[in-house]
Amino acid sequence: MEIPKSFLGYKRENGRAGTRNHVIILPVDDISNACAEAVANNIKGTIALPHSYGRLQFGADLELHFRTMIGTGRNPNVAAVIVIGIEPKWTKKIVDGIAETGKPVEGFHIERSGDIQTIMKASKKAQEFSMWASEKQREECPMSDLWISVKCGESDTTSGLASNPTVGNLMDKLEPLGVHLCFGETSELTGAEQVCAKRGATPEAQKKFMKTWSDYNDFILKEATDDLSESQPTAGNIAGGLTTIEEKAFGNFQKIGSRKFIDVLEPAEEPKKGKGLYFMDTSSAAAECVTLQAAGGFNIHLFPTGQGNIIGNPIEPVVKLTANPLTAKLMSEHVDCDVSKILTREMNLDQAGDKLIETTLKVANGRLTCAESLGHREFVMTKLYRSA
Amino acid sequence: MSQPDLIIHDEKDNVGVVVIETTKKGQDCSAWIMENDKTVKVPSTNDVPLGHKIALKDLKVGDTIFKYGHDIGKVVKEIKKGEHVHVHNVKTKKW
Repeated sequence: MEIPKSFLGYKRENGRAGTRNHVIILPVDDISNACAEAVANNIKGTIALPHSYGRLQFGADLELHFRTMIGTGRNPNVAAVIVIGIEPKWTKKIVDGIAETGKPVEGFHIERSGDIQTIMKASKKAQEFSMWASEKQREECPMSDLWISVKCGESDTTSGLASNPTVGNLMDKLEPLGVHLCFGETSELTGAEQVCAKRGATPEAQKKFMKTWSDYNDFILKEATDDLSESQPTAGNIAGGLTTIEEKAFGNFQKIGSRKFIDVLEPAEEPKKGKGLYFMDTSSAAAECVTLQAAGGFNIHLFPTGQGNIIGNPIEPVVKLTANPLTAKLMSEHVDCDVSKILTREMNLDQAGDKLIETTLKVANGRLTCAESLGHREFVMTKLYRSA
Repeated sequence: MSQPDLIIHDEKDNVGVVVIETTKKGQDCSAWIMENDKTVKVPSTNDVPLGHKIALKDLKVGDTIFKYGHDIGKVVKEIKKGEHVHVHNVKTKKW
């Protein structure tokens, strides 16, 4: 297949391009959710991103909170942002971080004025942003404007056999066109960590990966009360035939094809070394991982599933593929791309990779994903430790 | 290119994955090896569902299970060729 050279995206002030054109109402903290949701109810064409944290966090955990908030606002799939927090200082910090991109952003704080007045003021601004954003048109953008993140979930052995290698095939075909790519899931590389480390493009990248994985493994060894057999693999994984974390890891790892990663990113960190594949230190829980990747600036996500994970994200469209014929049949409303014919050898990996590229481009051009049409908007902050 | 009952990733592997809805007890399965495109025959001694693994040879306690050509865990209960391989007879070497 000849791979298209462009897609239709929304060009942003800082030179990036979005596959979506969201106006988001971003609460700084848990107690500002009600206010943010009220604004999104008032003003059509906006979405609120409620979450559970943002109070009394400190140190690296607080830094990650800010990075996730600011990164979400900066994502090119977002046209404009209303930030609402209880206090002015943290609200302003997030507004300033987003404003660097040049996109419209305005902050509101609730303390000393109350929900109702804040909702009124923020709604007025949100209406202005929503109507402004509605005028934006899709324009032709080079493929290199695609920033593709990947993560698999509810995996089974069909993931490692077919759907993950399909994503790998797509990576092998699209990387030469200058796209940014990102994989994560530190825990789910356990057992394949040495093989994965060798995929670092430089000795520094390899070393950074091993340090990230070892830190994670030390944390597991410290906190674990058993062999994690209830958590990794999950009950869904086991039902699908996956027996050990090592088996899951080697299946997971198929998603990067034959690519090498150029750098290791902190959770929610924006890549700075140009085009190519990055590893991001993330949890393997689907919503946490995709939220971090979206905050890193990735504008379209590929999600292979075996037993049928249903996750979506409010700002980054999540394209789901499966090679499990039962999942494709029983959960068809969740499957954007069915590659189950690989198992019957009616389709080879090259054809499956092409099919996934076609689906990815349709979604990049504006076609709703299954998760979007079903209203999946899982926005889940990663918390590193207890609050103060 | 007939439809396989099992797929084996790598020639070095000692397990294959069921890719039909279920194998039947006593079924003589055709197993396709992806790495070298060969097809071999493997018996199924249990009904084994889609996605689950079947042993390609006899395995003793302490033996390593190979899939993708890599170590994916250890045998904790003796396994005969053709038997279902899963959490009841294989455990992780990690954690």
